[in-house]
Amino acid sequence: MRLPNMFAIIAVVITGGILLYGVSDFPSFGDPKSPANAAVPGSESVSQYFITKSYKDTKVPNLVTSVLADYRGYDTMFETVVIFAAGMAIFAILGSVGGGSQPRVQEEGPSFVDGDHSRIIVGTTCRLLVPVIQVFALYVIGHGHYSPGGGFQGGVILAASFIIIALSSDLDAALRRLSEVNYLRLACVGILIYAGFGVLCQVLESNFLDYGVLQPILLTDGPEMARSHSMLGVEIGVAFTVTAIMFAIYANLSSRGTLRDGL
Amino acid sequence: MIFAFDIIILVFLVIAAIISLSVKDLLSASMIFGIYGFLICLLWAEMGAVDVAFTEAAVGAGISAVLMVATVFNTKRKSSD
Amino acid sequence: MAEFFEQTLQPHFNFWIYVILMMIGLWALIAKNNLIKKLIGMSIFQTAIILFYVSLGVKEDATIPILDPYGQAEHAAAEAEGAETEGEKKRDSYIGKKSPDPDTMANPLPHVLMLTAIVVGVATLGVALSIAQMIFKEFGSLEEDEILEIVKGGSVDD
Repeated sequence: MRLPNMFAIIAVVITGGILLYGVSDFPSFGDPKSPANAAVPGSESVSQYFITKSYKDTKVPNLVTSVLADYRGYDTMFETVVIFAAGMAIFAILGSVGGGSQPRVQEEGPSFVDGDHSRIIVGTTCRLLVPVIQVFALYVIGHGHYSPGGGFQGGVILAASFIIIALSSDLDAALRRLSEVNYLRLACVGILIYAGFGVLCQVLESNFLDYGVLQPILLTDGPEMARSHSMLGVEIGVAFTVTAIMFAIYANLSSRGTLRDGL
Repeated sequence: MIFAFDIIILVFLVIAAIISLSVKDLLSASMIFGIYGFLICLLWAEMGAVDVAFTEAAVGAGISAVLMVATVFNTKRKSSD
Repeated sequence: MAEFFEQTLQPHFNFWIYVILMMIGLWALIAKNNLIKKLIGMSIFQTAIILFYVSLGVKEDATIPILDPYGQAEHAAAEAEGAETEGEKKRDSYIGKKSPDPDTMANPLPHVLMLTAIVVGVATLGVALSIAQMIFKEFGSLEEDEILEIVKGGSVDD
C-alpha cells in the first residue's frame, strides 16, 4: 500500500510541474486576439467564419446549435452512436435478457398508498411535477434554435422525468410507462432518423448530410430554411436516443440488471 | 470574466473535489460530487458558455449523481479510505 | 515578487487552478483504494479538462453566442428609454444586412466540441459503474487490495 502512494505522488508532482510550467506561456485569459479566437496571419479562422456567416447560411440564431447540427453534423451523429453503444454495453454486462421485464400484475393505482404513509408527500408532489417537466423538455428540444437548448439537453430532461417516477414510487411504475421493448425501439428509431436524413440527401445526388438539397421535399423557399428545418429533425432523433438510453442506464444500474425491484 | 467571482468559485471547486475524495461514506461522496457539478455549471454560465452550462446541469449534476447513488445502494456504503 | 504576480499569475491564474484540479483527479485515479473513489477521480479529471478547453474561447466583455436577429434587445432598450422607435427599420438589424462583430461574441467552437465530451463522459461513467457492480457481485468487496488478494490467492472465484 505504500508503494502505489509514493509512485502516485511522484508521478503527479512531475506531471503537475511540467504542466504548470507550460501553462505560463499561454495567451492571457480572455484575450480576443489569441490564436484560438482570431486568425494567425496567413490563414483564416474557422470560428470567425462561424460567427459572421452562419446566420446567412442557415438562418438559425443559436450559433452553437447551427455548428453542432449542421457544420459538424457528422460528429454529432457518431456521438449519438456512442451513447447507444454505451447503453448496449450496460445491457450486455449486467445481463438482463428480457426475463425480468414482466411488470407485476397490479391494479393501475398509485402504488404508494397501501399503508405506506411515508411516501404520500413525495409521491403526490412527483406526480404533479412530471407533466410539467415533460412539457418543459419538449420546449427545450423544439426551441433549441433560438435559445440555449437542443436535442441533448431536452432528451436528458425527458429521461429525468421517467427517473423521477421510478424514484418516487416503484421501478415497475416507470417500466409500465416505458417498457424495455419500447425504449430499445425508441433508441434505434432515433439513430435511424439521423442517418435517414443523411441518406436522403445522398439519394438526391449530393453529399451525405448536405441539407441544402432537401429544399423541394421540405417545400421551403430557399436552401437556408431547408437547413434550419433539417436541423430540427436531426435534433429530435438525438433526443429520442438520449432519452431512451439514459433511462435504460438508470433502470439497469438500480436493479442490478434484473429490472425487477429498483431503489 | 469577473476576476473576483472566478477565483471564489474556483477555490470552492478545489475544496469540493478534495472533500469528495476524503470522506469515508460513499453516499456523501456522491452528493458532494453533485455539488462539484453545479459549481462547474455556474462557472461556465459566467464565462458565457450557456449551452455547456445547461448540459452540465442536466447531465453532470443530475444524471451522474443519481447513477452513483444507485450504485452505492446496490453495493457497500462504507469505504476504507 | 510583485512583478511575478502581475505578469505571470494574474493573466493565467485560472489555468493554474485547472492544472491543480487535473492533478487531484489523476492522484485519485492512481492512489485511492476504493473503486468508486477512483471513478470520482476520473470524473474530476474529465470535467477539469473540459473546463480548460471552454475557457480558451472566452473573450473579455463578450456576449453569449446567440444572435438576436430581429433586434429585439435594442428595440426593448430603446422603448425603455422612451425614444421613438422607427418601426420596421430598427427591427431589421441582422436580416441580410450587418453581420455580428467577431470580437464581441464568445467563440462557439469549443462549446460544440465540449458538448459531445460531456455526454460521452457520462456514458463512460455509466459503463464503469456497471462494471463495478459486477465486480462486487463476483468478489464481494470494492476495495482494490482485497480484490487483488482474492485473485492472486485462490482461483476459485473466477
